[in-house]
Amino acid sequence: MKKFASAEHLSFSYDEGGYVFKDLDLSFEKGELTAVLGHNGCGKSTFAKHLNAILLPSGGKVYIDGIDTADEERLYDIRQKVGMVFQNPDNQIVATIVEEDVAFALENLGVPPEEIRQRVDDALKSVGMYKYRFHAPHKLSGGQKQRVAIAGIIAMRPECIVLDEPTAMLDPIGRGKVMETIKKLNREYGITMILITHYMEEAAQCGRVIVMDKGKVIMDDAPDEVFSHVEELKSVGLDVPQATELIYVLNKKLGLDLDTHITDEDECSELIAKLLS
Amino acid sequence: MLRDITLGQYFPGTSFVHRLDPRTKIIITAAFIATLFIGSNPVCLEAGAVFCAAAVIVSRIPVKMILKSLKPIIMILAVTSLLNLFLINSGIPIFEWKFIKITYTGLRTSIFMVVRIALLVAGTSLLTYTTSPILLTDAIERLMSPLAKIKFPVHDLAMMMTIALRFVPTLIEETDKIMSAQKARGVDMDGGRIADKVKAVIPIIIPLFISAVRRAGELATAMECRCYRGGEGRTKMRQLKFGVSDVLAILFSLYFMAAVILVNIFL
Repeated sequence: MKKFASAEHLSFSYDEGGYVFKDLDLSFEKGELTAVLGHNGCGKSTFAKHLNAILLPSGGKVYIDGIDTADEERLYDIRQKVGMVFQNPDNQIVATIVEEDVAFALENLGVPPEEIRQRVDDALKSVGMYKYRFHAPHKLSGGQKQRVAIAGIIAMRPECIVLDEPTAMLDPIGRGKVMETIKKLNREYGITMILITHYMEEAAQCGRVIVMDKGKVIMDDAPDEVFSHVEELKSVGLDVPQATELIYVLNKKLGLDLDTHITDEDECSELIAKLLS
Repeated sequence: MLRDITLGQYFPGTSFVHRLDPRTKIIITAAFIATLFIGSNPVCLEAGAVFCAAAVIVSRIPVKMILKSLKPIIMILAVTSLLNLFLINSGIPIFEWKFIKITYTGLRTSIFMVVRIALLVAGTSLLTYTTSPILLTDAIERLMSPLAKIKFPVHDLAMMMTIALRFVPTLIEETDKIMSAQKARGVDMDGGRIADKVKAVIPIIIPLFISAVRRAGELATAMECRCYRGGEGRTKMRQLKFGVSDVLAILFSLYFMAAVILVNIFL
């Protein structure tokens, strides 16, 4: 697989303040579904904003599909390739009607009207919001708004979507729906997804998990491998999925030596069943 | 309590008036207003009233709604009519008592002004009742687009209107939340004197402003992420199209109003 996005020796500082990160190397392959974890202020959101040239590196380089993000002439190519979804769905919806909002990016890109129509319909169908196309955004639930925001990005036909805590403000049902949509888009359209999240259960559903702390990547592996380092994660202020936690606590209290490479309920219950029999 | 406020005053429907191109409706409304102001003969107003009534009937907007739109201006109408009635002293007197003098001209002007303003408001209300805010914004942008040649920021204005419309309900909801939060902390919102009431607004306004500024920042980033770069090279999904009915409506209205103005000049 080829590298789609890569940061090389990336450094960044806001104004005169200290560096948010220094000499960061990180890359993403095409079609990957990656979760980025980290405590508040670890630099994950700042890093995300480098991926579509909202922020430019203070040092080092970021390449998207071979294009240097500092290349101003290719700015809109980069932004079209890498879409971004933010935490608060209210603050990223521009228009007063759902379908108008989904069309916003395409109108900016100067796509012909008939094609906009087609792509807007496709995008709304792919996130399951087609029947709400004439609704006013403020009448939708948080999860629905967030899916509209995702549709607005999908309509650009991006190769990668960076989602900065897209489920943080949603109720459990909305969160589940958004996560389902993210996985579906990754699976069916092969869109590279970079998901910044605080929910370990969501990270466990990804193919790769990156853990950041104080501007450094401290873990970068498959989810079960990352979450098996329970103590290390706790030391940087992170949790592990409940299933992993349960096995960890059992191990500790009963002096067992169960495998902590477990991230979901099914595996966990199987393991406990085996233990009890 | 604030949640009941509706956005604009659009009254959805599928009548002939609703289906007209919003640009057509703006042009006709503008012509209608012009006719009302040029016309100094009662015939003009009568014709205007007939035209307005006909439009209301065709649009199937309940007459109650039109009357409701006149409610906020009742005071203005009352003051205008009284001023005209008492301050115009020329013409044939019909009533005299001490310093009060009502003349025929005064009475006539008074009625004339009231009808003129009422028709003006009713006509423009009909426009906003039958056209959704987003179509209205679109139409204004397109009608004003020639001004872009002299560097007038037409697109920017339209964008500002769209965003304002989009955020009205969001900010209302936010105000509601802030009010509840401040009440929970013991701020007395319904406090007696005017000075107290004004003071009570401060703890609502300040958080609301801060939040609005933060929202604006986030929205700007989100818009940049979606390749926004102003009006240049922008296309539109919804294409406004003048149809046969638009041409007919405009021709009919303009002929009608031209006729009214001509009548006004020669009568």
